Amino acid sequence: MVYKLEQRITPLSRIYLVLIFFILYAPIFFLVFYSFNSGGTMYNFKSFTLDWYKELFQDSRLLIIVLNTLVIALVSSLFATIIGTLGALGIHSIRKRQTKNTLLSLNNVLIVSPDVIIGASFLILFTMAGIKLGMYSVLLSHIAFSIPIVVLMVLPKLSEMSPTLIDAARDLGASQWNVLTKVILPFITPGIFAGFFMALTYSLDDFAVTFFVTGNGFTTLSVEIYSLARRGISLNINALSALLFLFTLVLVVVYYFISHRNRPGRWGGKK
Amino acid sequence: MNNKVTRNLYLFPYALWIVLFVVAPLLLVIYYSFFDIEGHFSLVNYKTFFTAVYLKMTLSSFWYAFLITVISLIIAYPTAYLLTKTKHKQLWLLLIIVPSWINLLLKAYAFLGIFGTKGIANSFLEAIGIGSKQILFTDFSFVFVSVYIFIPFMILPIFNALNELNPTLLDAANDLGASKWITFRRVIFPLTIDGVKAGCQVVFIPALSLFMLTRLIAGNRVITLGTAIEQQFLVTQDWGMGSTIAVFLILIMFLIISLTGNRKRGV
Repeated sequence: MVYKLEQRITPLSRIYLVLIFFILYAPIFFLVFYSFNSGGTMYNFKSFTLDWYKELFQDSRLLIIVLNTLVIALVSSLFATIIGTLGALGIHSIRKRQTKNTLLSLNNVLIVSPDVIIGASFLILFTMAGIKLGMYSVLLSHIAFSIPIVVLMVLPKLSEMSPTLIDAARDLGASQWNVLTKVILPFITPGIFAGFFMALTYSLDDFAVTFFVTGNGFTTLSVEIYSLARRGISLNINALSALLFLFTLVLVVVYYFISHRNRPGRWGGKK
Repeated sequence: MNNKVTRNLYLFPYALWIVLFVVAPLLLVIYYSFFDIEGHFSLVNYKTFFTAVYLKMTLSSFWYAFLITVISLIIAYPTAYLLTKTKHKQLWLLLIIVPSWINLLLKAYAFLGIFGTKGIANSFLEAIGIGSKQILFTDFSFVFVSVYIFIPFMILPIFNALNELNPTLLDAANDLGASKWITFRRVIFPLTIDGVKAGCQVVFIPALSLFMLTRLIAGNRVITLGTAIEQQFLVTQDWGMGSTIAVFLILIMFLIISLTGNRKRGV
């Protein structure tokens, strides 16, 4: 009986939670709010205007950057998902404990490494390998840092799968290929999708790595925002952030449905 | 036999990735740290690192990362705890996570407006009679914005740990006469320590290396290890010195990982 009472939230703790939510969201809504300011500053709201959005859509350079960012994100996530899933299948099939653990530790290096280290070391790598800094170096880096997260999303699904399923399929005469495409892959699809989505958000969100490995003439949205913000306030960025916020919400809802259908109670975080 | 062939086929692209993008970059950073700016092999970078300037910078970087981690933890733990008690806890957790999906630079940019000389924070300070202050480009704004950015990452693992806590243990503690504080100190906290460690790890390591925040928010008043690396690589073009700092950052990273135990999946 006592615990029934404890399950309740006291008014004080409710205030605390409301405060936390307020702090988390206030800056975002602040940005969105001032994107409608005709005054051109982030104080003194003069009057409502959509000019900044109009300007945004007329800025063809910026639109190309948005397109670049999306293409890089989609292509890199696709490659990362393929390589990562294969890697997870490989790691899962290894019986020797030590080899498995070594591979897993190597897998996690890029996840824990600070972005600056990844960026700097890839910069050295591409320069040594003679790869010109630009779209391809950015694409390769994004594939590289997204692979481990895909592995981490797919592996638990593989260990959840009962080995008797595969035995049964074999007994019923399924070939290797059939076992893979008709039994294993359908079972781990939710993990693969979750991995793809995480890779997508990693890529869309990345700033530091891209900042290091990009060359003249190729920028992604994050890098562009950084150089705009260093120059000071321009409400174009506010309009852009409002649109990105909407886009993020859509992504979150999609991800929510995918992961909730499969694995209730777990969320992948981002660095 | 056949099995082994397929397995190696699976592992080939993945192993190639490990060699090219995990092992090779690490080795290259170590290799480069032994060259001075003219490209001669030397230990001069290490000598420079152990001078007062760099040691002081490392210490202050540590200090800021420590502050950011502790403040995030103090704010995040009660939040995670209260979240597990809400009715639709998964939904609320999702709402905590959404801001972390917004581009970090946009959030930093928002604070340029909020903390600016004529910004909303200063109008508030004036309204309550303190008068406007220089908030932007101070170490306060750096810590504040960093904590703001890292809170969701701290809440997430702690929430997961609290969520997995068996409620009957709390009943048992209660039945045995433990006060709320004792229950927290002796039961809840020790059982969720893994979540706390994971949270500290995801906050502390990036906090050592955030260079964009120091540039945008702290106006170069705060120099973290990350800022120094970026400076050496992209401004001074002294890759050797940059790599040396990177080597130390990597060492610190491994040290912290071994201290905080292995990170759980997906966090």
